[in-house]
This record gives sequence, structure tokens and C-alpha cells, in this order.
Amino acid sequence: MKGLLRWLKLVGRNKALLLMVLPGFVWFLLFCYLPMPGALIAFKDYQFSRDGFLASMIESKWVGFKNFEYLFKTEDAYLIVRNTLLYNAAFIILGTLFAVLVAIVISEIANKKLAKIYQTGMFLPHFLSWVIVSYFVFSFLSVDKGVLNQFLTWIGADPEFWYTETKFWPYILIIVNLWKGVGYGSVIYLAAIVGIDKSYFEAAMIDGASKWQQIRNITIPMITPIIVIMFILAVGGIFRADFGLFYQVPRDTGALYSVTNVIDTFVYRGLKVTGNIGMSTAAGLYQSVVGFILVLVTNFIVRKINKEQALF
Amino acid sequence: MEHRTVIDSHPSLNNPRAPRKKLRNIHHLSPFWNAMAHIGIGLFSLACVYPFLFVVVLSFTDEQSLAKNGYKIIPEQWSVEAYTYLFRTGNQLLRSYGVTLFITVVGTLLTLVIVSLYAYAISRSYFHFRGFFSFVAFFTMLFGGGLVPSYIVVTQVLHLKDTMWALILPMCVSAFSILIMRTFFKTMVPDAIIESGKIDGAGEFRVFLYLVLPISLPGLATIGLFAALGYWNDWFNALLYIDDARLLPLQSLLMKVETNIQFILQNAGVGGAADRTDMVRTLPAETTRMAMVVLATVPIIFAYPFFQRYFVQGLTIGAVKE
Repeated sequence: MKGLLRWLKLVGRNKALLLMVLPGFVWFLLFCYLPMPGALIAFKDYQFSRDGFLASMIESKWVGFKNFEYLFKTEDAYLIVRNTLLYNAAFIILGTLFAVLVAIVISEIANKKLAKIYQTGMFLPHFLSWVIVSYFVFSFLSVDKGVLNQFLTWIGADPEFWYTETKFWPYILIIVNLWKGVGYGSVIYLAAIVGIDKSYFEAAMIDGASKWQQIRNITIPMITPIIVIMFILAVGGIFRADFGLFYQVPRDTGALYSVTNVIDTFVYRGLKVTGNIGMSTAAGLYQSVVGFILVLVTNFIVRKINKEQALF
Repeated sequence: MEHRTVIDSHPSLNNPRAPRKKLRNIHHLSPFWNAMAHIGIGLFSLACVYPFLFVVVLSFTDEQSLAKNGYKIIPEQWSVEAYTYLFRTGNQLLRSYGVTLFITVVGTLLTLVIVSLYAYAISRSYFHFRGFFSFVAFFTMLFGGGLVPSYIVVTQVLHLKDTMWALILPMCVSAFSILIMRTFFKTMVPDAIIESGKIDGAGEFRVFLYLVLPISLPGLATIGLFAALGYWNDWFNALLYIDDARLLPLQSLLMKVETNIQFILQNAGVGGAADRTDMVRTLPAETTRMAMVVLATVPIIFAYPFFQRYFVQGLTIGAVKE
């Protein structure tokens, strides 16, 4: 009783601030926390009920891990996990490499006006939606009108059927992803390079260090901590794929699913196309749980390296 | 800082009798590598912009010459047919433009209000429930129920399917913008200012409105632009929740016409069936698509200078932790 009174008093004293968080709090409850128990569908044989969500949840039969069993028995389970992990690994490694390279080169360009112009250009893809990007890609890969096939015909080679040949797509997706992300990704490294104390470089020059030696022995070591942190944080998200890239850019082409289907697209198609709600939820929950563990582990590692940079 | 000096690591140039052409800034790359840097970065930068320019050119290409020659950066024949066609028959396009504009404006305002209030409250050290509400927000960055349960909640609990709200509400709050704003309030708005306001007798809301918001405009601009860009570019919520063509946002319309350009005519306010088949026959399909891509992208290009400034700022604010 006394505890409750004290609590009410606290609420009273904080009521203005509590009112401020209220709209956001309601939003989080409805759009983030209400779906969490909904994930129990993964353990049910979900049947829609006319009486709404709660009724469907209660009336659907528990089936234990059946949905997961089905999921992992399909060939898809292996494919989507493999695709998600390998693509993301490629994106993280190459993305970091190119972003750092671009940042270093831009920082070395003496003409700051031109450097700014280059940067402005590199930013553009980040601001465009995947739908727009898929049109861009199509203008290059279209079988009858595309730029690449025009080029192939011009050099006397046979045109390729880009949207049915799986072998090209790992490269296409990686290139498109780098194209969209490297410019923006380089910003954070560029900021780190600009922040390096100039006296290091001056001292190195007095000692006769060449530009290469300066980059190797000052720039790179100085930005290594931030590279490591960004890298580890990215690894924490390796189980989540960019839905737009894998859905829009291949234009949802069935013939390419074996190299373009990732967990996120699989879950979406289970929900909206094939209607396999139970298995789809199971795949989504599997992704959430593994993703959660990965973030915890990577955050733990980041904390060990540099407490400041950890997420929590 | 300019540091010009004649010291050079190359010994032969240190020979005092050798003629010195000009002083080179030793902070700079050698001319050869400088040129290489310009070529490499310049080409990449061009490659980032080129596809957009290409699509602009395609949208101004004559349909026949495009059908004959394929996509060319320098068309045989220019034409504005695609645009005049769109303006003549593009009721659906106009509608979708309206939908996108509406969700962008309303959504961004809603985001600004909810996020700034929430972030301000949890940025105050005297807020007793700060820890709890911070956790509520930031835990969602780590774990979620997944797509299917969210879909079921939106469609069966909130009954938002085929409403404008399905395009606005699911993306109107993000823990990330709250994180950015909270950091911003924490570093830019010290408790002392708030205290001074309170001594003058202002309540929490008045202080927020008249003292805090005016000095927080850069932070608001950052998350506002994040939100606006998100709404403008969104097609995912429409893919999930919208079947009604009248509620289709621009990006989703583009997705639809990717495979079926006649969609643009289905809701065009033009005459009878005979009229419509005639329009389908004369429809400059390829160039019209490209013209739509251009029209969907142009506003982003215009807002670009702001984006560049505030996005970088957002990245740096987000990276700073107390």
C-alpha cells in the first residue's frame, strides 16, 4: 500500500514528462511489443478466426516445433540462410574495404572543392529507393535493349539472358550493393581521418616519411579502432538481409530464387504469396532470435575493445 | 593550414644547385598519384550519378527510336512524348503523387512530434522513469516479433489494411531517431537552461516549446529529413497493406508498371473501352516508365543539398555517445 502510494506520488511529480513519452510509448506497445507474443504463431497451426486476432491465437492448436521441423526439412532453409550469410559477409568485407579506401583517397585530394563534388555524386545512390535502382539496373541488363547486351553484340559476343541466368547474380547484387552504399559508408571514416591530429603527419614528414608510409603508419592505424567497431556491429546484423535489394533488383524473378532468396524475402513470400503462415513465422522468429544473440555477442566484444563505442 | 616548404625526401632535389621549379605542398600527393586519385574517385562518382542521367535521357527519347536502337545515352531522336502522355492520361500518377506527398508530410510531422517529445523526456536526468522508457525504445533495436506477427497486428488488431494509416503509422517512430534526438538534447540542452525556465515559472511543456525546440532545429531537421526520405521512398508497407489502387504511393506505382504499364490507364479518367484500347496501343510504354522514374526522383534531387548537410550531421550526432 505504502509502496503504491509512493509510486503514485512519483507519477504525479513526473506527469508532464510521462505525458510526453505517452504517444511514443503507445506506438512501441502496438507496433513492437504486441507482435512479440504474436511470434508464438510459430508454435501453432495458425487459423484465421473471424473474432479477431486474440481468438485466432487462442483457437489455433499448439503444434510445438512442427513448423520449425518443416522449415528445416525444406531445401529452402539451407538456401536462404546460406544466401543471407554469404551475401552479407561479402557486403561487410568489401563494403568496409572500399569505404575506407574511398575515404583515404578523398582525404588526400588537395582540391577540396573537387573532393566535395565527388562526394556529392557518391552520396546520390543512398537516397534512392530500391525500386528506382531496379529500373537503373534494368536499363543495363534488359535482354533486348540493355546497355550490356548492346555492348556484347558490338564486340561480336552472344547476348546474355541476365534475368534468367543465376550465375551472374552474386556479382550483380554485390556490385549494386557496393554502388549504393560505399559513398555513404565512407563518410564516417572520412570524419575519423579528418579528426587525426595534424602534428603526427608533420612529425613524419620531418623524418622524411613518404605519403605511402604516412598512410600506412599513421592514417590506417589511427582509424583502425573505428573500422573494427563498425565491422563488428555490421557482423551483429549479418542475419538480416536488405529486403529491397533482393526483391526489387532481381525483379522478383522466380528463376533466380536459388541465388536471390534470403530469409527476409522467404518470410515475405510465405506470408503474402504461398500463405504458409506457420513456417513463415518460424523463419522470422529464427531470424530474430539468432540476430538478437549475434548483437549481444558482438556488443559484448565491442565493449571489451572500447566501452565508449558499445551500443549498450 | 598551408605548409609550403622546399624540403623533399628525394635527395637529388635537395641539391642546392638544381633549379627549383616551384614549391610543392608536401601535404599533397605526387602529381601522378594525384591524377590517379582524381581519375579513380571521379569515375566512381560519375558511375553513381550516371544511371540517373541515363534514365533522364531515356525518358526524353522517342519511343520508336528506343524500340529500334535499345537504350542509348545519345538517342537518335529526342521526344517529350512520354511526359505529355503522362500529363494527359496520368490520373493514376497524379493520385499516387498525392498519396506520397500526403504520407510524407503527415508522417514526417507525426514523427517529429512523437520522437522529439519522447527523446526529450528520456534525455532529462530528473525524469524518474527515464531508464524504463529508454529500455522500451532501445530494446526494439535488438529484437522484434518479425514480419508475420506485425502484419497480423496491423491488419487484424488495428484494422489498417487499405487505409492511408497503414502507410504512415508502421514507420512513424524509430528507436534510431530517438537515439539521435536524445543525444542531441543531452549535449545541446543542458539542465541549467531548463532550470532557469522553471524558475521563471514555465511548465515542462512551455519550456520544451519555447526554450528547447528553438535551439534544437538542427537535430529536428536531421530526423525530419530521415523520416521524409523514408516515407517518400517507401514501397514496402504498400506491398504489405495496400491493394486499393487509389491508395498506391508513387514507388509502388513504379513497381506495378514495371510489369504492367497499362496499369497507368486503368484509373485514367478517359472515355469508354474503345478509347482505352486505343490509348493502350499508342502508349509509349518504355519512355513513359522512365519519365515516371524521373518524376519520382526529381524531388529528392532538389532536396539534395539539405540531405547532404543534415545526414552527415545525423551520422556524427548518432556516433557520439555520452
